[in-house]
Amino acid sequence: MAKDYIIDIQHLSKSFGGVKVLDDINFYIRKGEFITLLGPSGCGKTTLLRQIAGFIAPDEGKILLEGKDISGIPPYKRPLNTVFQRYALFPHLDVYDNIAFGLKLQKLPADEIQKRVKRMLKMVSMTDYEDRSVDSLSGGQQQRVAIARALVNYPKVLLLDEPLAALDLKMRKDMQLELKEIHRKMGITFIYVTHDQEEALTLSDTIVVLNEGRIQQIGTPTDIYNEPVNCFVADFIGESNILKGRMIRDRRVAFIKHEFDCVDEGFGEDVPVDVVVRPEDIYFTTDPAKCQFTAKVNSCIFKGVHYEMWVDTDSGYELMIQDYDPYAVGSEVMLYIDPDDIQVMHKERTCNVFEGKMVDETHVEMLGAEFECLPQDGFAAGDEVSVEVRFEDVELLDHQEDGKLAGEVHFLLYKGNHYHLTVLTEDGDHIWVDTNDIWDKGDLVGIDIPKKGIKLSKRNG
Amino acid sequence: MVKRSTWSLPYVIFLVVFVVLPLLLIVLYAFQDGSGHFTLANIGRFFTDSDSLQTFALSIEVAIENTLICILLGYPAAWILANRNLNKSAVTVMLFIMPMWINALMRTLATAELFNVLGITLGKGTLLFGMVYDYIPFMVYPIYNILLKMDKSYAEAAEDLGATPWKVFWKVTVPLSMPGVMSGVLMVFMPTVSTFAISEFLTNNKIKLFGTIIQENINSSMWNYGAALAFIMLVIIGITTLFGNNDQAEAEGGLI
Repeated sequence: MAKDYIIDIQHLSKSFGGVKVLDDINFYIRKGEFITLLGPSGCGKTTLLRQIAGFIAPDEGKILLEGKDISGIPPYKRPLNTVFQRYALFPHLDVYDNIAFGLKLQKLPADEIQKRVKRMLKMVSMTDYEDRSVDSLSGGQQQRVAIARALVNYPKVLLLDEPLAALDLKMRKDMQLELKEIHRKMGITFIYVTHDQEEALTLSDTIVVLNEGRIQQIGTPTDIYNEPVNCFVADFIGESNILKGRMIRDRRVAFIKHEFDCVDEGFGEDVPVDVVVRPEDIYFTTDPAKCQFTAKVNSCIFKGVHYEMWVDTDSGYELMIQDYDPYAVGSEVMLYIDPDDIQVMHKERTCNVFEGKMVDETHVEMLGAEFECLPQDGFAAGDEVSVEVRFEDVELLDHQEDGKLAGEVHFLLYKGNHYHLTVLTEDGDHIWVDTNDIWDKGDLVGIDIPKKGIKLSKRNG
Repeated sequence: MVKRSTWSLPYVIFLVVFVVLPLLLIVLYAFQDGSGHFTLANIGRFFTDSDSLQTFALSIEVAIENTLICILLGYPAAWILANRNLNKSAVTVMLFIMPMWINALMRTLATAELFNVLGITLGKGTLLFGMVYDYIPFMVYPIYNILLKMDKSYAEAAEDLGATPWKVFWKVTVPLSMPGVMSGVLMVFMPTVSTFAISEFLTNNKIKLFGTIIQENINSSMWNYGAALAFIMLVIIGITTLFGNNDQAEAEGGLI
């Protein structure tokens, strides 16, 4: 293990009531780094932070601090301090005593305590507030006191749990800069939890993107933004056009029914992929030689710095484009994309695969229900089978009771000309669906699979 | 059209007839002699009568002792009840509150009978036992309430800053639950000063409390002196209430 790892997390897992909140988490944090755990609510990022702080014990795995396993050590013995989401300043103590709380517990001499508290107050620009009651402070001021209270103990690592979430936008931006400045001055490792991708990009040296208890990607802000490894990261960080594509050969990819040069290699030939193009990376041109495809402007909205436009391409796809200049709605435009700006990703899956069991020649049991299938030769009742269902063959129904299965729309991606949905069944199985219908996250749906969409094969072993 | 404010009329009448008028009568009687002339003699008599003063001092002493015992027993009970790791059911809370549903006089009579059967001599010990038994729910409940509502992140923050569970309790939990303790103190201390039934049944009138001598005076038709004693007690209760209210006890404690 390299010497500059201050925290090393190995195979960490945690379940609450049978639900896996964290699943085999592995990563390390370098000394002095500003690392952000980023993900939507419920992705497990707060649970992970609370395990590092010691408030939750992991089910499996280890947390090493400077090479020593701290899993069994209570929070009060860990040389880490936390800035809590709602600050948790002690209402019965004034600003000074709040900040001095940790130092007094360490029984430091009074003059030393005073020196350090004053230094911290200066650091967070709260010098004249030491006698104030914490209730009389604004949200931003309380935030500063909370940061000072944690940092005054000179922790080895500072943990911050969505510390700016309660502040308004302007204040949040100011505090982001101040946090970065404090990080620079103190040289302490910061672990920051947030669901705000912009905040993560602004603050971090390294971002860990989490979803559904798993690490999706670890990298610098520019890595994560420019080279997302999967659709979730591409969709979660910034705006993006995520499209179905096909890698023709190295450095050549097809999507929206056109072929483009790109810089990606090693995918193989004629392989299905997902393609991400950021809306600011599609350029308008008046030069027919540069034009790669044409489109018609469908909508144009002023967003402050730039205009956000939706265009319908000549091949029937919708794309989002951001540009400093507006183009009139209805106008025909010529567009091109630089090879550098096309990000090609491996497809995580190309169809649904379920485990099933034959009931009789024309029925198969899977996902806890019985489905009719076309008569199959060579399959007998009781045979264990593997069932493939293409995304577009799954039917979603308005009413849960109308389907063979009931489910909830869990995640959706617009892929230019259709939606790719993740539907979670009542038993917790994932079903992926391609559809042209418009659904919202959280919609309750019935799920049906027509018999022609079910493709069976014998399962090995 | 009837004005909104007239809706409050029944309550105003109730307050006047059952609260304001009796209070005025007490004040009126306290400053009158038997034939209806103004006098300060009733008040003066209390301050010169060593028996009355002694009874008063004893009442305060018993009330303080009762309140302290209620805190010492009630706080840990409330803490255990509010701790989700130790107490997972609401039934145990109900069991603590249930004695309040039964008339205090009946409980006291039953307790006296119990001491009788067990052959325990009635005296100050039995008096305090009865008082604690009667009043402890009034201490447990407000403390339980405030502990239950307390944001767990305060304790976590303290632990995070290096406080052992013991230190967390003394430096954070106890100070933050003080409004609940204040509510409990008000609800235990003041009624104990004026109680007379408990001392009558549980000491066979061997120990007389302030409430007892008020009752005796009224019973033997010494209305003016009885009213003066009641007036003095009211003033003292009034002072304690002001004393207890000067922090944010009401805002956060919540009596029930």
